[in-house]
Amino acid sequence: MFAYILKRILYAIPILIGVNLITFMLFFMVNSPDDMARVQLGAKQVTPKMIEAWKEERGYDKPLFINHDASGVSIVTDTLFVKESVKLFTFDFGVSDSNRNIGADIQVRMGPSLGIALPTFMIALITNISLALLLVLFRGSVLDTSMMIVAVMIMSISGLFYIIAGQVLFSKIWHWVPISGYESSWEGIKFIILPVMIGVFTGIGSGVRWYRSIFLEQINQDYVRTARAKGLSELSVLFGHVLRNGMLPILTGVVVVIPTLFMGSLIMESFFGIPGLGSYTIDAINSQDFSIVKAMVFLGSVLYIVGLILTDISYTIFDPRVKL
Amino acid sequence: MIFVMLWTDILVWVLVATILFLGWRVSRSEQVKKQWHTVFKSSIAMASAIVLAFYLFFTLLDSVHLRLSLESTKTSTKQVQYSEIVSLLDLILRHNIESTERTYSAPFALSEYTKSIVVDAKGVTQQVHIPLKHVSTNSDIVVESIKAIVLGMGLSILLIVLHLFGRVGSGIKDTLALVVQGKTELPWRTAYVTFTVLVTTFTWFYLLSFDYHVLGTDKVGGDVLYQSLKSIRTGVLIGILTTLIMLPVAIILGVSAGLFGGWVDDVIQYLYTTLSSIPGVLLIAAGVLSMQVMMSNNPTWFESTIERSDLRLLFLILILGITSWTGLCRLLRAETLKISQIEYVTAAKAFGVSKLTIIRRHIIPNLMHIILISVVLDFSGLVLAEAVLSYVGVGVDPTMHSWGNMINQARLEMAREPMVWWSLFSAFIFMFILVLAANLLSDRVQKVLDPRNKS
Repeated sequence: MFAYILKRILYAIPILIGVNLITFMLFFMVNSPDDMARVQLGAKQVTPKMIEAWKEERGYDKPLFINHDASGVSIVTDTLFVKESVKLFTFDFGVSDSNRNIGADIQVRMGPSLGIALPTFMIALITNISLALLLVLFRGSVLDTSMMIVAVMIMSISGLFYIIAGQVLFSKIWHWVPISGYESSWEGIKFIILPVMIGVFTGIGSGVRWYRSIFLEQINQDYVRTARAKGLSELSVLFGHVLRNGMLPILTGVVVVIPTLFMGSLIMESFFGIPGLGSYTIDAINSQDFSIVKAMVFLGSVLYIVGLILTDISYTIFDPRVKL
Repeated sequence: MIFVMLWTDILVWVLVATILFLGWRVSRSEQVKKQWHTVFKSSIAMASAIVLAFYLFFTLLDSVHLRLSLESTKTSTKQVQYSEIVSLLDLILRHNIESTERTYSAPFALSEYTKSIVVDAKGVTQQVHIPLKHVSTNSDIVVESIKAIVLGMGLSILLIVLHLFGRVGSGIKDTLALVVQGKTELPWRTAYVTFTVLVTTFTWFYLLSFDYHVLGTDKVGGDVLYQSLKSIRTGVLIGILTTLIMLPVAIILGVSAGLFGGWVDDVIQYLYTTLSSIPGVLLIAAGVLSMQVMMSNNPTWFESTIERSDLRLLFLILILGITSWTGLCRLLRAETLKISQIEYVTAAKAFGVSKLTIIRRHIIPNLMHIILISVVLDFSGLVLAEAVLSYVGVGVDPTMHSWGNMINQARLEMAREPMVWWSLFSAFIFMFILVLAANLLSDRVQKVLDPRNKS
């Protein structure tokens, strides 16, 4: 297994280089270092000298991909792309356009993001699976069909609607919870209740449908018929056989999400004023701060790849047939 | 009058041509025809299809752009002056564009929503609701409504009878009885009822919009009904053109990866793993940010704001297409791998049939259900995504009418007391109906076309 994980990590490197290449090209294809310097230094009274100084300070004076002045390996290595990529691989995200350390910002903001995303994820997982099992237990009944219609309706409404309606109802009209804000102590729980509940509700439609289809696929299998034939109650068939065998497809979809929880939710955080990575990203997008966007793209890809590796490892735990 | 083809217009009409062509192909193959027959046997699918067709109709109306020649008073000048680019829909809703108010007003309101300070003739300052400029105070809303509804129903019944006549010819009486009883093979009764409801509602809205602001006005006094109707094109375009753009990429790469294997497979797998490991919103954001810079560096690419926002929509669709082909490509690769192991493909290979023929004759037809299912599944997701992207600031151009922009602008008014709810409400309802219809239809399509559901 150790060898397998090592192999996967090595395989991740070319992918991350590819990710860097894409963001790098997207950025520098349209945005020359000169333009950046001019924007950063302000439009008025920028001398070429100041631009050169700014570029040198940030390392932007190097050529993009091929350095014709250098010799040997450094034709390729002494370039902006390689320098930037190497920095990213050591998780040195540099400074943002507003001269803040991106790495430090990310560390501070991961907490609040996780504070919202983790409870949402856990509660949603439990609710969706329980509801799906309930529907599978009563499959074909009026409850099942009407709940499926409700699920499609929930899916068809924009997530923005739930957030706005939730804020208006619970905060503005009934004054149950504050409309937005964050506090990193137990007192702060009043701030996260509403976003977590809305987050759970938004995903309930598609979630229940997905889990239900997984369980229904299992329920027609031979081993379920055998289990019923030997006299097991429907409940123990569901929990002992259907749920356990449904774990594999569930793991495929769920484990990969866990690491990306750190990234937070863009929309939730910006609506509820939570100082997490999601609102950080939105702010960066709005102020067109590409260094932050680049750092977040890299971080997101790393976390996604970690998620894929974790998924494979989780298979070995839940399915004894899988050996890595 | 000259016709103007915007970039997205061209794509829309190419798409329409493609759909017509595919429809013609389908009508020749008995098996596929039967499948679609089964799809529309469900009355929910039928109703959804009618709703979608209605939205598509507005999209097409809004995709014919022209410049009107202005009537010049100076006859001596030979030069013909042209107006701004307008679409057919703009011409139909012209009165709504011209009836701009000063600020917010509620649906059917006669005066402005907020009080303004006015100095009256005696020099006393007062806070009053100023009456709206473009509503008629002397028309009775109930009478007008009844008139409009009767007209709408009459119009739809006329169209239905024409349709029935076109379908069955002289035997219309018997068929009509069958339709009313709901005994036709396809659920035509549901179809006609849906059609009547849609046409009547629209007629009602439309006729009353001459006298009132049916859905109110927004912050700068723009008519919300007009905005909602104009947003249809944006939503539908993002939903279907994105898929149209990504389909060829996904199909070509997916099939070649599955069929050729080796280094081709490796390269393609590497490509889609890399792209799909970037969080979707961030990749879109990075793409749109670069595009914004590129467009502000090249102001010569477009002449008017409408062309600029159209170009931006096109780029957004391209970017969405680039980010969304990976999932389908992965599915198609796996399926192609499976199909190419089946005996008839091996036999075809042994007979020396060329690879292209194998792809055309054996592989593509067997991938069709996956492609179709993903097209309908992606549609609703993309429509919803537009709203979120516009909120994040990486959506369509702020000057373009879209539900996302409407929500984004109205969101700031939540804190206002009492609340301005109609802009948000209209945007959400228009979006909800479209997405719900798409979801219901896609469920049905999936059920019928997916071979795994046969058991």
